[in-house]
Amino acid sequence: MNAVTQLQPAWLRDGAAAFVARYEGLRDRLPGDAAARDAGAAAFRARGLPGVRDEAWHYTSLRPLVETRFAEPLTPVADCAALMTRLPQIDAPRLVFVDGRFRDDLSVVPSGASVRVGGPAYGALAQPGREPLVALNTMLAEDGAAIEVAAGADAGTLLLASVGIGGSPDRPVAFHPRHALNLGDSARLTLIEVAIGEGAYLHNPVFEITVGAAATLTHLRLQDESRAAFHISTLYADVAQRGSYDSFALTLGARLARLEVHARLAGRGATAHLNAVQLLGGTQHGDFTTVVTHDAPSCISRQTVKNVLTGRARGVFQGKIEVARDAQKTDGYQMNQALLLSTEAEVDSKPQLEIYADDVKCSHGATVGELDAEQLFYLRSRGIAEADARAMLVRAFLADALDPIAHEAGRVVLESAVAQWWERQAA
Amino acid sequence: MSQAAEPMQTVHAVTQTPYKWGFSTDIEMELAPKGLNADIIRLISARKEEPEWLLEWRLKAFAAWQAMAEPHWAHVAHPPIDYQDLHYYAAPKRKPGPASLAEVDPALLATYEKLGIPLKERAILAGVEPAEGEGAPVAVDAVFDSVSVATTFRATLAKAGVIFCPISEAVREHPDLVRKYLGSVVPQGDNFYAALNSAVFTDGSFVYVPPGVRCPMELSTYFRINARNTGQFERTLIIADVGSYVSYLEGCTAPQRDENQLHAAVVELIALDDAQIKYSTVQNWYPGDAEGRGGIYNFVTKRGACRGARSKISWTQVETGSAITWKYPSCILQGDDSVGEFYSVAVTTNRQQADTGTKMIHIGRNTRSTIVSKGISAGRSDNTYRGLVRIMPKAAGARNHTQCDSLLIGDRCGAHTVPYIESRNPTARVEHEATTSKIAEDQLFYCRQRGLSEEDAVNLIVNGFCKDVLKELPMEFAVEAQKLLAVSLEGSVG
Repeated sequence: MNAVTQLQPAWLRDGAAAFVARYEGLRDRLPGDAAARDAGAAAFRARGLPGVRDEAWHYTSLRPLVETRFAEPLTPVADCAALMTRLPQIDAPRLVFVDGRFRDDLSVVPSGASVRVGGPAYGALAQPGREPLVALNTMLAEDGAAIEVAAGADAGTLLLASVGIGGSPDRPVAFHPRHALNLGDSARLTLIEVAIGEGAYLHNPVFEITVGAAATLTHLRLQDESRAAFHISTLYADVAQRGSYDSFALTLGARLARLEVHARLAGRGATAHLNAVQLLGGTQHGDFTTVVTHDAPSCISRQTVKNVLTGRARGVFQGKIEVARDAQKTDGYQMNQALLLSTEAEVDSKPQLEIYADDVKCSHGATVGELDAEQLFYLRSRGIAEADARAMLVRAFLADALDPIAHEAGRVVLESAVAQWWERQAA
Repeated sequence: MSQAAEPMQTVHAVTQTPYKWGFSTDIEMELAPKGLNADIIRLISARKEEPEWLLEWRLKAFAAWQAMAEPHWAHVAHPPIDYQDLHYYAAPKRKPGPASLAEVDPALLATYEKLGIPLKERAILAGVEPAEGEGAPVAVDAVFDSVSVATTFRATLAKAGVIFCPISEAVREHPDLVRKYLGSVVPQGDNFYAALNSAVFTDGSFVYVPPGVRCPMELSTYFRINARNTGQFERTLIIADVGSYVSYLEGCTAPQRDENQLHAAVVELIALDDAQIKYSTVQNWYPGDAEGRGGIYNFVTKRGACRGARSKISWTQVETGSAITWKYPSCILQGDDSVGEFYSVAVTTNRQQADTGTKMIHIGRNTRSTIVSKGISAGRSDNTYRGLVRIMPKAAGARNHTQCDSLLIGDRCGAHTVPYIESRNPTARVEHEATTSKIAEDQLFYCRQRGLSEEDAVNLIVNGFCKDVLKELPMEFAVEAQKLLAVSLEGSVG
C-alpha cells in the first residue's frame, strides 16, 4: 500500500483490497481493452476507496458499501419479467442491461444510432486517476453500450435501462457497466436512462459522453433502485461549440446513492443544464455532485437542484463551477434548495465557485428550510386537506427543476415517479 | 466625491513605497536558540515566570502538535515550512519598569512614531501613565515580536473593573480566570497551528469585562513582527461576563523582508449571558513583493463562544496584508437566542493568497448568524472564501443569511467560493448567495464621464462594494481601512 492509502482506516483498505482481489481473480477473463483496464487497476491500487477525509467524499461515507462483500452476478441471469413491467412504457428503442450485462432478448436496437455491446465502452474522458470509483469501474467493467449518432442525424428517443436483480441480502452482487455516447455534429438525441432493481447489489456505472458542435443531447435520468442497493454513478460530458447537454436527474431509490457529473464546456458557446431532484426518506443517503468546467469563452451553465428529505434521510449536494483563464464571458448560475420535512432529516450542501477569468457572471444560491407554515395555512383555509396541501407545496417546490423538461413522454415518466414517491410517503 | 479623494491622496503619497510599514527596527533583542523542543518550551515558560500548570498545558499541546500533520486542504500553496529553523522567543531587551520616556529604548519609540501611533500614546506605550482626562479614547496593548511592551489607560479601565493586560501578566495576576477559560474555546489539539501556538505562545492580550459593565473605551492591540527568523505566536483571550460589552481592535504590521515569516495566533472570545463582544481587525502584515518574495504566513485560529443566552459576537475584518492568509473567525452559538456576525473584506494583489471565511455553529434555539464577505482579487493572486454554516438538531428556529461577493480586477487572478451548509433541523432557515463579477464597464464609464480618473473611479466602486463591511468598523478603523484598500489596489488598475 502506498502513502495515500496508508493513512486510511483499516476497514477502508480492506474494502479496496477485496475489489483488487476480485480483479486479480478475473483479469484474464474480462473482455475489452486490457491496457485501459490495467491503467484503471493501477489507479485504484494507488488511491484505494475514498474516505470522508477526501474532500470530494466528505459528506458521503462508503462505510456501508465497504462492509458489504460482493459476489459476482450469476450467469445466466435469472428471469426478470416482473421487474421489466416497471420500466417506463414509452414507444422507443431500448437497451436493457440486467445485473450489468446486455440482454439482447429484452432490447430493441435503435435504427437512428449504431450500438456496440459485449464489452466495456472505454472512452477518453474518464479520470480514473482522480475519481476512485471510476478507477474501480475501469478495473472491473464487463459490459456496456457504445452508442454512436452520426453527424446531422436526429436519433429520436432511446431508453437505456439497468435492471438489478442482484441477489438475496446474504449474497449481494456488484456490477460496473461502462457506457459511451458519441453525438456527431448537429445531431440530436433524447436519452432516457433508468435504473431499477430488487435485492442487494452495487451498481457502479461510468458513462462518457461527447456532444458534437451544435449537437443537442437531452438526458433524462431516473434512479429508482432497490432500497437495499448501492448506486454510485459517474458521468462525463464534453460539449463542443454551440453544443448543448441538457440533463435532468431524479433520485428516488437506493440505500446509498451518488450521482456524479463532470460536464466540460469545451467549445465556444456551449451550454449545459444539470437539473436534479432528490426525494429521499427512511434512512436513505443521496448525493448529487457536479463539476461544471467552463473551458471556452461565452458558455452558459445552469443548475437547479432540489432536495426533499423525510424520515432520517440525508441529502447531499456538491456543485462546483470552474472557470478557466480563457473562458471570458462565462455565464454560470446554480441554485440549490432543500426542504426538510422531518426532525431527523439532514441536508449538506456545498456549492462552489472556482474562477480564473475576470469577465464572467457567476452566481449561486442555496436555501434550506421547511414548508412555509403560512402557505400551508392559506391552502387549508380554502378547504384543502393537510396531506393534499403539503403535496401541492412540495410539487410547487420542485417546479423550477421539473417544468423545463420539454420531452413530453419523458416528463410524464418523471412526474409519475414523483407522484408515486409522494403517495408512498403519505401511506 | 470626497470619499474617493481621500484614498487617492494616500495612493499618491505611497506611490514610491508600496508597503510603508516595511522598515525594521534595530533594537537589542533577546532571542531563544532556533528550533522547537520541550526545552525551548520550558525556557519560554521560565522566562515568563509561569506556574507549573501552564507549563504542563504547553507540553501537552506540544505532544499533540508532534502527532499532527500540517493541513493542506486550503486553496493555498507554499514551500514547506521548517519549524526547526525559527526562533520561538524574541523580546526587546528592556530594563524592568521604565519610569519615564528617557528610560525607554529610543529605537522602540521611533518605531511607534513611524507606525503613526500618536505621540501622546507613544509616551504611554513606553510605560508612562497619562494624566486623567487628556487621553485618547483608545486603550492600546502593543506587542512587539513576542512580548507585550506596553498597555495604556490601565488606571481608567481598572476604575470600571475592566482587566486589560498582557496575557503573561494575567497568568500571574488573575490565574483563576486564565485557567478557567484558556483553551476552552480553542483546545490545545484543535488544529496544527493552534497546537503550535498553545505550545509556544509568548504573549498577547487578556481582557475581562465584569458583569454589567460597558467597557468605557475601545480596546486595541497593536502587533508588530520585527526580528528576523522569528515566528509570532500571540494568544488573545477575551471574556465578557454577564451583561457586559466590549469592542476590541487589532492591527498588525511587519518589516519588509525577503524570507517568509510565520504568524500563528490564537484568539478566544467568551460571551456569557447578554454579553456582547465586537472584534475588529485590520490586518496589514507585509504581503511580499510583486514577485511573491517574502511576506507573512498568517495562519490564525480565531473563535468565539456565545456561551450565554442572548449573547453576541461580531467579527469584522479587513485583510489586505500577508503573503498567505489562512483564517476563519468563527462563532459557536451555544446560548439560546445568541447572535454571530462575520463581516469581511479580503483584498489580494500581486502573488498573495488568501483562504479565509468563517464558521457559524448553531447549537442553541433561535440562534442567528449573518455572514457578509467581500473578496477582491487583483494581480496574480488567489482569493478564496471558505465558510461553514452548521445547524445542529436542537437549534430550532435558527437563522442564517450569507452574502459572498467576489470582484476580479485583471485576468490573471482567481476568486473562489467554498461554502459548506449543513442543516439538521427542519425549522432552521439558511440562505446563501454568492456572486462573482468584475467592475462593470458602465459603472466605470459613468464615473469617468463625471471627470474622475480611472483610478479614482475604481476606488469609488471598490469602496461601494465593501460598504456593508466597512460600516461595521469603528470610525478610526474605517478610515484606515479605506486608505488601505486604495493603497493595496494601487497599480493594479488600468
